[in-house]
Amino acid sequence: MKFLSVLTSTLHLPFILSRVPAGFPSPAEDFVEGSLDLNDYIEHPAATYFVKAEGDSMIGAGIYDGDLLIVDRSLEPKNGSIVIASVMGDLTVKRLKRDTHGAWLLAPENSDYPSIPLLEESQIWGVVKNSVRNLE
Amino acid sequence: MTIFALVDCNNFYASCERIFQPRLINKPIVVLSNNDGCVIARSNEAKILGIPMGAPYFKFRNDFKKKGVIVLSSNYALYGDISNRVMTVLSSFTPRSEIYSIDECFLDLSGFDHLNLTEYCKHIRQCVLQWTGIPVSIGVGQTKTLSKIANRLAKTSKKTEGILDLNNSPWIDIALQKTEVNNVWGIGRRWSRVLERQDILTAYDLRAAPERWIRQKFGIVGLRTVKELQGLSCVKLEDESPDKQTICVSRSFGKPLTDYTALKSAIATFSDRASSKVRKHGLIAGEINVFVQTSPFNTDIEQYSKSITLSLHPQTNSTQEIHRAAMRGLNQIFKPNIHYKKAGVILINLSRPEKAVKDLFYPYVQSNDQLSKAYDIINQRFGSGFLQLGQVKKPKTWYMNQNYKTPSFTTRWDELPRAK
Repeated sequence: MKFLSVLTSTLHLPFILSRVPAGFPSPAEDFVEGSLDLNDYIEHPAATYFVKAEGDSMIGAGIYDGDLLIVDRSLEPKNGSIVIASVMGDLTVKRLKRDTHGAWLLAPENSDYPSIPLLEESQIWGVVKNSVRNLE
Repeated sequence: MTIFALVDCNNFYASCERIFQPRLINKPIVVLSNNDGCVIARSNEAKILGIPMGAPYFKFRNDFKKKGVIVLSSNYALYGDISNRVMTVLSSFTPRSEIYSIDECFLDLSGFDHLNLTEYCKHIRQCVLQWTGIPVSIGVGQTKTLSKIANRLAKTSKKTEGILDLNNSPWIDIALQKTEVNNVWGIGRRWSRVLERQDILTAYDLRAAPERWIRQKFGIVGLRTVKELQGLSCVKLEDESPDKQTICVSRSFGKPLTDYTALKSAIATFSDRASSKVRKHGLIAGEINVFVQTSPFNTDIEQYSKSITLSLHPQTNSTQEIHRAAMRGLNQIFKPNIHYKKAGVILINLSRPEKAVKDLFYPYVQSNDQLSKAYDIINQRFGSGFLQLGQVKKPKTWYMNQNYKTPSFTTRWDELPRAK
């Protein structure tokens, strides 16, 4: 029975584009490792949501209007994390900070906007892990 | 000894809507059925306002407005995605689990009793809430039936904070006394009437009911429930779901259809959908049923209801073949000058291609032909219904009424939530 399972099992091999059965074999053939998948960047798919950034309140942190934010809700928010928070029923992206008195703030990265104290009815929704921007 | 936990999402549809719209938190919400027909889900606030399940929207519209109830069309793309996330998180807490419905999951916690199960469940609850945004209640018991009872009490009693462990618990008798017999898993309304006549009013009474009488009255299924209440596990965890027997795609139309072309386009869409579904399950179909009907509530019009079953030969899951059969079926049952309110396609006699009964003259089954595969890939990439067979124009006429649908926040790039 053991042999049977060996005979019938499938082995997925990386796909090689070079077609040189008659010429020189590719010197890279033995070193093929498959390709990189951007999905591997997402550590916790079940906890990861995509959010679109709007406006310019976070340009100091390199987050611009229309950027794609990858939010991992499994991460614990820390002092300095960029977070999505719900404030007055809306989602907002800000930096979570502690002020000199130890109170938590949602701080923008643009001096045109004020900091928002983190009140009880506000909630940290998730931690922004990456931001993706189309450069072209 | 077995230990089961039943995890149930609280007001699941309403909770899904609230993840991306925090302004809906603490507000009364109702979710309407397909076509905005009647209420199929309510938030706690809406339940407190006394809005009944199944309330027809057209009757309650003004009532909702007066009471400030937020009305939403069902958004199954969202609920399905969030459900997957919840189930994925749950499956990391035990090697064996069974997805029981879109918002319920049994976990096998046998052998976990060295842990404080209440603490463990608190941890599960906290983790699901943080990762996905969905609040859950968890009931624990020695059998599935007991875990269901525990879950129900966990949800209704404030003291439990969403978690009730009835495994080796001194509270089990009280819990059973508090559970009316019609709320026991597997006891329907008919059975509970019979039981109540014998003064068996609660789960506690049922547990002590004479087994011989139960067996005579309700057969082995009834006896199983009694045994489960006694703590003897009789309903096993089904971690592999059995193959589907039928696949049905049907809709009520927003406005009745009279025109053959419009009805044809609807049936074509349903047959496309059904073929993709049957392929997704790795099955092939042997027969197809096509049906059309008028609204039974509108008595002013001529009533008509007709269905036809055609055999698919050879058995197939090809979009083309199923489409062809569906069109032939519709041709045979279509009658002009009728106000069609509902239509659908059902694929029956489903089997795995390798187990299909072979025919002397057609020794092949048609499974996953290249064209259908390409079809699925394109529709997956560009959204379901992007590519359809034949002249499926999309006249808005037969589309569902979904006037209050929220965006597909997690499944469409152009509908992502936004943060300022």
